[in-house]
Amino acid sequence: MQIKLWINNKAVIKEAEADLLLIDLLRNNGCYSVKRGCETGNCGLCTVFVDEKPVLSCSTLAARVNGKKVTTLEGLQREAEDFGTYIAEQGAEQCGFCNPGFIMNAIAMFREKQNPSDEEIKEYLAGNLCRCSGYEGQLRGIRAYLEYQQSKAAKAELAAQNISEVI
Amino acid sequence: MLTISQYVRAESIQQAYELNQKRSNAVLGGMHWLKLQKRNVGTAIDLSDLGLDTIEETEDSFLIGAMVTLRQLELQRELNDISNNALSESVRQIVGVQFRNMATVGGSIFGRYGFSDVLTVFLALDAQVELYNRGVISLEEFSKLPYDRDLLLNLIVKKVNRKTVYLSQRNTKTDFPVLTCAVCKTDGKYRFVIGARPKRAVCFYDELGILENGITEASAAELGNYISSQVETGSNMRGSEEYRRILAGVLTKRALLQMKEM
Repeated sequence: MQIKLWINNKAVIKEAEADLLLIDLLRNNGCYSVKRGCETGNCGLCTVFVDEKPVLSCSTLAARVNGKKVTTLEGLQREAEDFGTYIAEQGAEQCGFCNPGFIMNAIAMFREKQNPSDEEIKEYLAGNLCRCSGYEGQLRGIRAYLEYQQSKAAKAELAAQNISEVI
Repeated sequence: MLTISQYVRAESIQQAYELNQKRSNAVLGGMHWLKLQKRNVGTAIDLSDLGLDTIEETEDSFLIGAMVTLRQLELQRELNDISNNALSESVRQIVGVQFRNMATVGGSIFGRYGFSDVLTVFLALDAQVELYNRGVISLEEFSKLPYDRDLLLNLIVKKVNRKTVYLSQRNTKTDFPVLTCAVCKTDGKYRFVIGARPKRAVCFYDELGILENGITEASAAELGNYISSQVETGSNMRGSEEYRRILAGVLTKRALLQMKEM
């Protein structure tokens, strides 16, 4: 069957077998950030956004995303780089295989929650497995990134206040 | 491995039902469980376009479409308000957010899996199911039926005054539960549900009147012992029959003591 979808904001028309999985469609189209880690829907390495929601592309039929918008890490370069630096700075990045799926779900969390607690972070990212680490480095990286974002937002607010006082 | 020959996005419930009468065809829920099976599906029936992905609030109940995701259940404020957050508690440990964004209520309920948190919590809430062919029946009755080719459309939860507690035991976070336990008190009547036994979840009642004079440390413990003595459990790789029987008693007692504080 023929399906039309948007991959990272680019319209694509593809011929898809009934059981073609989204992960394979994406990898066949050059989105190599999408990894196959477990084949059981457990590891979160294949996470992509479908209509802005994080889902597991290894358990999604390509046919089901007909008419929808799919975002992979390739489409979120700037955000991924911003946040990824914080993970790397903590030395949390080891083999790097789980990283794209982890960053995708972390970005989904940042969009959904402004100021998550450690418990909330752990719970939100529980579906992303990493077999190199004990997650401590990732958690430190997320905290540092959130602090940076908050201080940036606070500075922007302050600047806006000063401007309005001057005016 | 799962193979699918044909994919059909049903245009009507009638069409989906008719397609589903053929044994080799299958309805797609979130596709997680289906994908783990070694199976050749003739036609995969997708219910995505039938408007079954919403939670509708009426004057006396909530109508939960079969295609509503577990994540929707987790975040729906009103439903969680009437269940002391038991719904949210029952699904929040199921794998991860991405998984719950896909897994559907219909898939969990129709499958009547022997590990289902969702079946356990909705049994406690005394939900009803709306089936295309059979009509509306209680989930308790449905939970005992053999599998057939009917189509699950909605889950109905009545808005009544109730208190609910949901607990589960897991060997590790995000894994299948070793045992699930839900207790619900509606109009003074208690309902106890034990699931992941690892058979389908079952309901129990306070037939001996142990809680007649309210919940105390002693009556909660006695009720726990009663459930332990009544529940039929089994062994699998996650836990033994005996361990599960003990857990059923302990979780029931804890749930009751938690309810006492509400």
